Amino acid sequence: MSTAALYNDQGAAEAAVEAGQETTPTSSSSGAAFGLFSTDFKKNEDLKEMLESNKESLKLEAMKRIVQLISKGKNASELFPAIVKNVASKNIELKKLVYVYLVRYAEEQQDLALLSISTFQRALKDPNQFIRASALRVLSSIRVPIIVPIMMLAIKEAAADLSPYVRKTSAHAIQKLHSLDPDQKEQLIEVIEKLLKDKSTLVAGSVVMAFEEVCPDRIDLIHKNYRKLCNLLVDVEEWGQVVIINMLTRYARTQFLNPNINESLLEEGSGGEKMFYGSDEDEDEDEKEKKAEAAAIAKRKPYVMDPDHRLLLRNTKPLLQSRNAAVVMAVAQLYFHLAPKAEVGVIAKALVRLLRSHSEVQFVVLQNVATMTIKRRGMFEPYLKSFYIRSTDPTQIKVLKLEVLTNLANETNISTILREFQTYIKSMDKDFVAATIQAIGRCATNIGEVRDTCLNGLVQLLSNRDELVVAESVVVIKKLLQMQPEKHSDIIKHMAKLTDNIQVPMARASILWLIGEYCEHVPRIAPDVLRKMAKSFTNEEDIVKLQIINLAAKLYLTNSKQTKLLTQYVLNLAKYDQNYDIRDRARFVRQLIVPTEKSGALSKYAKKLFLALKPAPVLESPFKDRDHFQLGSLSHLLNAKAGGYQELPEWPEAAPDPSVRNVEVKESVPEWTKCSSREKRKEKKVEKPFYSDSEGESGPTESADSESDSASTTDSASASVSEESESGLESESEEESETEEEEEDKKEKKNQKKEPKKPVQESESEQSSEEEDRKPEKRSKKLKSDSESDSVEDEGSESESSPSESEDFESEAVVTKKKKAAESKPPSKSVRKEEKKEKKEMSLLDLDDFEPTPSPQVTPVNTLLSNSLATDLEGLSLSDSILSPATIIPSGALKNYELLHRITGEGLSVEYCFSRQPFSPDANMVAVQLQFTNNSTSDTKNLHMEDVRLQSGMRVKEFPEIELLPAGEMTSAVMGIDFCDSTQAANFQLCSHTKKFFVSIQPPVGELMRPVFLTENEFKKEQGQLMGMNEITEKLTLDVKCRNEHAIVQRVTTAANLSRVPCGSDKECSPPVPPPDYPVHRFAGRTVTSSSLVLVTVATREEGAAQLMVNCEKMVIGTMLVKDILLALTQ
Amino acid sequence: MIHSLFLINHSGDIFLEKHWKSVISRSVCDYFFEAKEKAEDPENVPPVLQTPHHYLISIYRGKLFFLSVVQTEVPPLFVIEFLHRVADTFQEYFGECSESVIKDNVVIVYELLEEMLDNGFPLATESNVLKEMIRPPTILRSVVNTLTGGSNVGDTLPTGQLSIIPWRRAGVKYTNNEAYFDVIEEIDAIVDKSGTTVFAEIQGVIEACVRLSGMPDLTLSFMNPRLLDDMSFHPCVRFKRWEAERVLSFIPPDGNFRLMSYHVSSQNLVAIPVYVKQNISFLETGSCGRLEITIGPKQTMGKMVEALMATIHMPKSVLSVSLTASQGSYTYDITTKILIWDIGRLNPQKLPNLRGSLSMQTGVPKPEENPSINIDLKIQQLAISGLKVSRLDMYGEKYKPFKGVKYLTKAGKFQVRT
Repeated sequence: MSTAALYNDQGAAEAAVEAGQETTPTSSSSGAAFGLFSTDFKKNEDLKEMLESNKESLKLEAMKRIVQLISKGKNASELFPAIVKNVASKNIELKKLVYVYLVRYAEEQQDLALLSISTFQRALKDPNQFIRASALRVLSSIRVPIIVPIMMLAIKEAAADLSPYVRKTSAHAIQKLHSLDPDQKEQLIEVIEKLLKDKSTLVAGSVVMAFEEVCPDRIDLIHKNYRKLCNLLVDVEEWGQVVIINMLTRYARTQFLNPNINESLLEEGSGGEKMFYGSDEDEDEDEKEKKAEAAAIAKRKPYVMDPDHRLLLRNTKPLLQSRNAAVVMAVAQLYFHLAPKAEVGVIAKALVRLLRSHSEVQFVVLQNVATMTIKRRGMFEPYLKSFYIRSTDPTQIKVLKLEVLTNLANETNISTILREFQTYIKSMDKDFVAATIQAIGRCATNIGEVRDTCLNGLVQLLSNRDELVVAESVVVIKKLLQMQPEKHSDIIKHMAKLTDNIQVPMARASILWLIGEYCEHVPRIAPDVLRKMAKSFTNEEDIVKLQIINLAAKLYLTNSKQTKLLTQYVLNLAKYDQNYDIRDRARFVRQLIVPTEKSGALSKYAKKLFLALKPAPVLESPFKDRDHFQLGSLSHLLNAKAGGYQELPEWPEAAPDPSVRNVEVKESVPEWTKCSSREKRKEKKVEKPFYSDSEGESGPTESADSESDSASTTDSASASVSEESESGLESESEEESETEEEEEDKKEKKNQKKEPKKPVQESESEQSSEEEDRKPEKRSKKLKSDSESDSVEDEGSESESSPSESEDFESEAVVTKKKKAAESKPPSKSVRKEEKKEKKEMSLLDLDDFEPTPSPQVTPVNTLLSNSLATDLEGLSLSDSILSPATIIPSGALKNYELLHRITGEGLSVEYCFSRQPFSPDANMVAVQLQFTNNSTSDTKNLHMEDVRLQSGMRVKEFPEIELLPAGEMTSAVMGIDFCDSTQAANFQLCSHTKKFFVSIQPPVGELMRPVFLTENEFKKEQGQLMGMNEITEKLTLDVKCRNEHAIVQRVTTAANLSRVPCGSDKECSPPVPPPDYPVHRFAGRTVTSSSLVLVTVATREEGAAQLMVNCEKMVIGTMLVKDILLALTQ
Repeated sequence: MIHSLFLINHSGDIFLEKHWKSVISRSVCDYFFEAKEKAEDPENVPPVLQTPHHYLISIYRGKLFFLSVVQTEVPPLFVIEFLHRVADTFQEYFGECSESVIKDNVVIVYELLEEMLDNGFPLATESNVLKEMIRPPTILRSVVNTLTGGSNVGDTLPTGQLSIIPWRRAGVKYTNNEAYFDVIEEIDAIVDKSGTTVFAEIQGVIEACVRLSGMPDLTLSFMNPRLLDDMSFHPCVRFKRWEAERVLSFIPPDGNFRLMSYHVSSQNLVAIPVYVKQNISFLETGSCGRLEITIGPKQTMGKMVEALMATIHMPKSVLSVSLTASQGSYTYDITTKILIWDIGRLNPQKLPNLRGSLSMQTGVPKPEENPSINIDLKIQQLAISGLKVSRLDMYGEKYKPFKGVKYLTKAGKFQVRT
């Protein structure tokens, strides 16, 4: 100020203008001040001269020095007039520095600042987007209310700019204008609404930020942009991601249902966790009721996750891998608040990773982890050791880690944790030691088993040399003893002795309280302690004095003979104490306990008042219930609502209409195609920048595949072989080992004949793997040619390898093995034949529903289906299919399930499969084919079913009794079960002449339906009637090996007994909405019992993305089916 | 979001302030100073403080406090992460992040801060973008600038900010095209008194230095990617490709950057390269104590252990030490009570040994706990987890780059309890 004043004294031309602005009276400058600030003043003077020179370099030098002044917080406002002239300079650096100055001082020099506005207005029209953007940036940063209309106009124009960068800048400007003039809110919301529709990743983060600042409650603006935001999220810059994720968390809380609603009852039932923290009974009771209610609601309506909810969870998950701690935390809190309980676990690993980061990051993360561990302890248990404390950690980190360790303690890990605590107690950091002692106390109260151990440990600490440690121990012991005082009178005695030594007031007070409370347990010592205390009364701290009075009162009531005088002495001392609390207390106690003629009725109740049973205190985590604040927020950290904090809403009782998030498209096409095409557009936008390059390599071949698909399926099959060069090898070797296994099986049953084809296959696969061993570098080529030739020569072998193709690499290979082992186990030829036949049919992709009805009679298998007969049947089916090409029902390999294992069945093993044929005796039943194998050495007789136990509504048609199953033989039988369209298991007893076995058959949901034939138009019509609640959509990424038509059809039909809706008509009769190069596959079926339609649509997109849609009026079936098909397509 | 930034040095002077919204008086820092007084150790200053009208969020880096002022709800990690990014940027521009360097380059610092935040919301934080806009100072340029009046501000516009790969600047050109990757692993461990490992894990990072012309598309694959349990990536890494194929596919930023950091799955047993035999005792009577430490190789995979160093935070009552080291040299700082024994290379034939007596303050009870020993070490050409890069491929450009991979194992938070 004084420099400015001095400046006025100099009487420079510009200074006159400025003098009007300055309110400082000129008189304040004195001679002394002049001397003091003369150097400063001179500097400013030559700065002004430099600014007015013609040389750019001098001006620049001056501006640099001015910026230095600003950075030091010194006032340079008097230079404003000289500087503002340079705002239109050609030199970029000079211009930028002028901007810096302008933004800093415009608020103080409003009139002068206006001089620069026209420059910016001109720049706003510049053809260069960066100049436009920077002009808007500076213009909106000038906090001068007069230019609000100009800013408004500029923002509106910029929001419609072609350049996304300028639009981003306008989003930032919205916030600035809003803080400058909140009255503009309505107009600004319009701009926000417009910018929210923007599809650029650059804009998304900034506009959501503006939304949060200006109108966070206008959740309705988000609906239409929700899916877009979810899909864009990966590509938004990291800071924008944080803002968007936080906003979407709140959004999801208002729009979706609680995914854990069904589990809340279970949680209550499991008890354990709740017990430790359940503070008081009443609250628990309430909670229980609430939960029961919620559970009742849940029972009425089974929970189905909204696909949009799922979309959010899926699209945020990869961001857990972000390098930015704030992004990781944002995703973690989203999962904590929104995900089903089973899925929350994924965030633990990422959060533990953040503990390696800077100590400030650790501090924040640990706070949040501490809150999480209270609700979801199991999540962090595996990472227990990551929270171990190092002596070099800062104290605040140590204390937080201790908190987490305490929260994680349970019966199983408590011994390890206590051992760690043992180390911590010896630390040099005394604050930390005190915290550790409290932590031990909490562990002891929470876990009954270790209470005595902890107590003993704490008592030992009483002889510690450090007084702070002892004091803290005393306080904690006091709390522990309160839980079961009668057992520990010796500890109380020990503590009584400590009163001589311990000086920490809190500890002394605690001891006195204990002795008073349990004076009956230590009748001899208590009066003596009082005597000592009475002696030192005047020197004690206030809290100790209060406890002495309490002790005296209690003793007087229980043992007045010995302590009457002492009490009166203490009360007299207290009467004249300096502290009014103590005087009050003394007066109050005296009236209560010493009966006088004046004392009222209360003295009768003195004993009840003083010696009432006190409830044991609950040692609680300070982080309990902090999760009502959104995790990761400032408010959560401070445990107090920060300004501008938006409450995290509770889950709604019923979900609001999900259709608000649908986006209208102009064409009048059915809803599902609309959304698919929209999503495709979006995905293009999203994926391109990151992933198109990488996946482009495999892309062309794929699209070529899918085009050729419709023409010839064998082609595509071989192409898919060539696609996975590496995994093919493993599955090949897998096959080898499997065939070996098979051989062993065969050795066991010597009377089994070998299949004619088998040896050929074996040798082939062996040979090829041998070859690969020799030339590993050529393996993929080799494999390709192998399988190609296979497909030409021998369809059987190709279909053999096709299931393994569909598996992913090594990890899945295990699954393959299991599955295959299961398939290959029954050495029955009939099943094998059937499988083989079906596979062959499938590979040709034209077979009908003809299948040989397995005879329910006991028939030695190998005579029923000879090899030649099998081939006959193949021919038959082929010709049939030619006759009725419309009913195309490709069915995958039948899966065998185990009903009775060889070992538990004492030699008898039973497997079953769903043969997918109509069960002739009753059309509402699902046919289940049972395969009995007698592996024992003795015959089994009279195999039959007994004691069938079913859910209501279910029915079973038993298989006819099998009179004799000779040793080593096998046979099959068919039974029918009406599952009533549910996946409840049918339980029954399988009895032979000697034994009974409890078995159960549980159908996969895909087997509860039978295929029906629909044309495409019929399909669409039916689908149109099964919208809304009956429609479940899920997005997925197809497995690498499952991107051609053939594989998709095969996998879907394997997962569910559905028939394919012919797709040839797709291109002709439907409007050209789905681009023809991304085929849509449709499947139809009816549930067996109720004949409800089941419609499945798999719409593929580029790069293996796909959308799965199931329409079925039975919602449970629909949901389960979606899950199963999803699994089949993604693995 | 971020309202203002104050840079404060160790002794509590505010030497730089910058405001993005209206000006906040620097007196707001008084609350911070109060907390700093109370905390004693700068590391113990709570990163988040509440004042009547503002919230102060601070980080401590290189003996400087970066203190930001916010007025409304904001995720604290957002601010903390950003402040660290600012510090990182300074480090990259000026080689270090200290008071004197920032004071010397205050104009560039100001220009950087102006670009990094707009109205308190991060705008450009990628160093490649920033370097296009504001050139880092070099001796040559500062000489040229003073002679010709040239400037630090780039005259090209930051196209990187617009592109779909904002981390890479456009038009990169080198005569020597080279890409180096350093696989650096740190062993975090707690070893207890008896020498058993209480806790050990391996954290690794891959630091890259890529100087390639044009728009190279790199693919880095590992021999044993299964080892990696948890990782975080630079935004350039294509996440889906990693998920599906376990290869790192990316268009790299220009220059130095951290490609990924990872954690080795905890099922793997962690090899502890050295063992420490120690005996530190404080005598009950008299004012002295004894110390003897021997360090020997344990599981070094046949490599040489280098830059071995032991650091001990002594109890306050230890006044001075008189020790003899069979190898290397030791220093004892009387004020901070830190004993550092710099050993250097570990010779397996002749194990380094440090022994002698400690003189204690008289009349003070002997310390409860023995101080723990922090170990530092380096092993060249070894990634202790066994992670190996199998190959690096480049697509999209025609030239043949020079490629190199280096491995290094270090001790991270390696602590031996005594």
